[in-house]
Amino acid sequence: MPAVSKGDGMRGLAVFISDIRNCKSKEAEIKRINKELANIRSKFKGDKALDGYSKKKYVCKLLFIFLLGHDIDFGHMEAVNLLSSNKYTEKQIGYLFISVLVNSNSELIRLINNAIKNDLASRNPTFMCLALHCIANVGSREMGEAFAADIPRILVAGDSMDSVKQSAALCLLRLYKASPDLVPMGEWTARVVHLLNDQHMGVVTAAVSLITCLCKKNPDDFKTCISLAVSRLSRVGTPSSSLGRQELGHGHHPSWFARWAGHSARCVPFVSPEDAAVKGRLVECLETVLNKAQEPPKSKKVQHSNAKNAILFETISLIIHYDSEPNLLVRACNQLGQFLQHRETNLRYLALESMCTLASSEFSHEAVKTHIDTVINALKTERDVSVRQRAADLLYAMCDRSNAKQIVSEMLRYLETADYAIREEIVLKVAILAEKYAVDYSWYVDTILNLIRIAGDYVSEEVWYRVLQIVTNRDDVQGYAAKTVFEVRAPLEGVSGRGQWSLALLTPTPVHSPPVQFSLLHSKFHLCSVATRALLLSTYIKFINLFPETKATIQAVLRAGSQLRNADVELQQRAVEYLTLSSVASTDVLATVLEEMPPFPERESSILAKLKRKKGPGAGSALDDGRRDPSSNDINGGVEPTPSTVSTPSPSADLLGLRAAPPPAAPPASAGAGNLLVDVFDGPAAQPSLGPTPEEAFLSELEPPAPESPMALLADPAPAADPGPEDIGPPIPEADELLNKFVCKNNGVLFENQLLQIGVKSEFRQNLGRMYLFYGNKTSVQFQNFSPTVVHPGDLQTHILSGPLAVQTKRVAAQVDGGAQVQQVLNIECLRDFLTPPLLSVRFRYGGAPQAFTLKLPVTINKFFQPTEMAAQDFFQRWKQLSLPQQEAQKIFKANHPMDAEVTKAKLLGFGSALLDNVDPNPENFVGAGIIQTKALQVGCLLRLEPNAQAQMYRLTLRTSKEPVSRHLCELLAQQF
Amino acid sequence: YASLYFCCAIEDQDNELITLEIIHRYVELLDKYFGSVCELDIIFNFEKAYFILDEFLLGGEVQETSKKNVLKAIEQADLLQEDAKEAETPRSVLEEIGLT
Repeated sequence: MPAVSKGDGMRGLAVFISDIRNCKSKEAEIKRINKELANIRSKFKGDKALDGYSKKKYVCKLLFIFLLGHDIDFGHMEAVNLLSSNKYTEKQIGYLFISVLVNSNSELIRLINNAIKNDLASRNPTFMCLALHCIANVGSREMGEAFAADIPRILVAGDSMDSVKQSAALCLLRLYKASPDLVPMGEWTARVVHLLNDQHMGVVTAAVSLITCLCKKNPDDFKTCISLAVSRLSRVGTPSSSLGRQELGHGHHPSWFARWAGHSARCVPFVSPEDAAVKGRLVECLETVLNKAQEPPKSKKVQHSNAKNAILFETISLIIHYDSEPNLLVRACNQLGQFLQHRETNLRYLALESMCTLASSEFSHEAVKTHIDTVINALKTERDVSVRQRAADLLYAMCDRSNAKQIVSEMLRYLETADYAIREEIVLKVAILAEKYAVDYSWYVDTILNLIRIAGDYVSEEVWYRVLQIVTNRDDVQGYAAKTVFEVRAPLEGVSGRGQWSLALLTPTPVHSPPVQFSLLHSKFHLCSVATRALLLSTYIKFINLFPETKATIQAVLRAGSQLRNADVELQQRAVEYLTLSSVASTDVLATVLEEMPPFPERESSILAKLKRKKGPGAGSALDDGRRDPSSNDINGGVEPTPSTVSTPSPSADLLGLRAAPPPAAPPASAGAGNLLVDVFDGPAAQPSLGPTPEEAFLSELEPPAPESPMALLADPAPAADPGPEDIGPPIPEADELLNKFVCKNNGVLFENQLLQIGVKSEFRQNLGRMYLFYGNKTSVQFQNFSPTVVHPGDLQTHILSGPLAVQTKRVAAQVDGGAQVQQVLNIECLRDFLTPPLLSVRFRYGGAPQAFTLKLPVTINKFFQPTEMAAQDFFQRWKQLSLPQQEAQKIFKANHPMDAEVTKAKLLGFGSALLDNVDPNPENFVGAGIIQTKALQVGCLLRLEPNAQAQMYRLTLRTSKEPVSRHLCELLAQQF
Repeated sequence: YASLYFCCAIEDQDNELITLEIIHRYVELLDKYFGSVCELDIIFNFEKAYFILDEFLLGGEVQETSKKNVLKAIEQADLLQEDAKEAETPRSVLEEIGLT
């Protein structure tokens, strides 16, 4: 108690502090501080030289102000002055200020270093200690440069006081940690080792810290320290030894032995003790510690047991580190077992944590397993989540084939009430354990389904990919999995739903009769998310393949308006594709296309990788357990599926290789069917693909590296399915309405949905055209990464080398602000005649979600029509010249619009041809002529349209010098009436 | 610890119980020095708290495990301080009465 009055020096400081404490508000405090700062500043600036005491007092006040959280930008110089004071207290405050408020002002550092140098050389132990403390507290590189060479000298000097040695050792350690390159190794190292034998415990403690660190970096230089450390340890560890008693008598606490005992012992492995005698003594020591820990506590004080337990844990971690003494490991495990039920939460936590490491040792694994009930109990009853998590970790670590069922079921039960923060981790662990220790696969499937049921939201994609892989690879599981899934039939949503349905998808096994299966599946269809429904549609088409008897039902489902006209592009596309596939393709083709997925190549679980990632690099030992699998290490990272590719519907790739539908020239309009669908069907298989189709993406997600994926199969049957170019099949019901709107006009709205409107303005002259596209953002949110691109799908029949159209586009700004419109200019040159229009692929991110769709650019061959006026005589002459059957294309069709002569006339003019009056004897009929201008050639073109008002029919006849052009124009134009 | 709260950053291989013990030891030291320490003692004598810590821990390592030795060092320093003070007493007393 009297110490305070002894040290109580600065009344001014005390007054200032109580002033500040009395301040009622933050403002008042700041005011008081500013007043004081001003006062101190004027004192420092004043002419009158301050005496040491005042300087000390003011520097101290500045320090206090700094500690209150205010910036101090002056007074450093005064503090440095204090360093060179002869008075201890002034020096002390100076050093304190420097230690707390050091900055890298180079000039000051030089002055400070000078002062420190003087003090180190002063041979006054208290001053030396102050200087060393300051170096250790600052530990900057500048200080390292200045003193790294001096301190070892002080440390080993024979005449240094003990306290100086202690400080020097730790100071050196600090510098060594901060910049090891600055500390020169040398003759002193050998002498440092002998500090371990020093009589003074403090010196030994400090030396152990230093040597441990040096040992890690330079094991060879410190070989000799091992036997010294061990013998010292054994002397300390034996309480009967005079040394032990002496140390206790000095107010040392036994726990400190643990500190350096642990340290020195841990440095041992870096040298690997070949010396059996040394090792034997070490083991003896460890046993002693374990024995002592068993003794009843001498006092009830918490800290006493803390200290004792600290030693114990330190010992155990050392035992684990060695991992070679079965007896000790088992003993350690048993002693830890006692802590599992200790009333101190901290101890329970630490015991669980240490046991995790023990579980991974082959010697103690069995011993750890005996505590399973306690641990499970901890999982259920612990109030602290971190302890529960440790318990879960331990369960995971101790799990093996014998107890897997129990542990997994307990973890599943825990999952129902688990904290949200750790659920995903538990899910991963359960999934890994279930897979790793599955004895029979029905158990595995049950477990996973339970997992999905209990914590569906936390089952990450990795988990169900993995499940799918496993189920796919095991024929014997498939039946059971499918059956269970059907029986559960839980209408789960989200990931879990996907997981379940995909099980069904991959394993359509005849448990029930196929129609029953189908109706079971379909009964939940409307409850599912879009992704699930997409998978279901794929399942349906597989049903058709496997069970032809379901074909009619499924086709009806697919044909239903809710599928064919679904607002979701993906679903719609699948429905249309599958419907057409099922009706067009032969059984063989269908079977090839829908061939079973090849088994997944066996590889390590990606779940494990995810768990590792989640835990981070410093992951606990629980994960080491997982790593016991020989081949598991880094493979996972590389083959991880990338779920980001899931939803980029890009319709241009020819998904099924079907060439069954007619070219897009004149498909009948169908509301909202979108251009995508036509694209999917019209191009031959080799169309350049803009990206993976959803189907493709889905498949490649499941097994990225497998070259034998069904996509490869899909590409091959394409020629077989392709009946040949220009085969006129039945007009597909859904079509390219948007494109057709622009056959006879050049301006208008090309596309519109909730987000975006695309307007078109275009003009064409001869074989050149210019098109303005206007993209209007209808939302109030900025579009990110907005990128419209124009791609020509290629027109393989006639042109192989390059596209028939040269389209130049300018990039547009990547961001489109809400409500804003951006304009894109396209310069188009027609090189040759062509049948398919270019594609406009628009991609952007709206509120983080990627949006992508593809349209057909309204550029058709008739845009390059040059109208030609000619007399009736000329017309008939040319008409006769083009009399080869393949030069003529004729179509008789029903009128879709009211038959109005004026409208028809306007349409024909819009189509591009000239209208010739007085040519046809029947005035009702229309006759036109024009030349299609391309760079390579010109195609003369004559047309005749004969309306029949009674029958509401038209007959359209086209004659051109090029057969495909005739046909194409005929198709295009027929759509317009 | 009597309305005192401590915050300690440690590395992951450090022993948690030892850290608890270090905090406890520091409190014991403060207790011995100030006589049943409380928050005010540390506020008004923050520099002393620093000095004790410096004697006890250095560069993140325990320097002196013996309570006695730490207190001896501090008391020695206080004695030096006192000597110094006696030497300057005449002036400082005057000043302290007059100005802060």
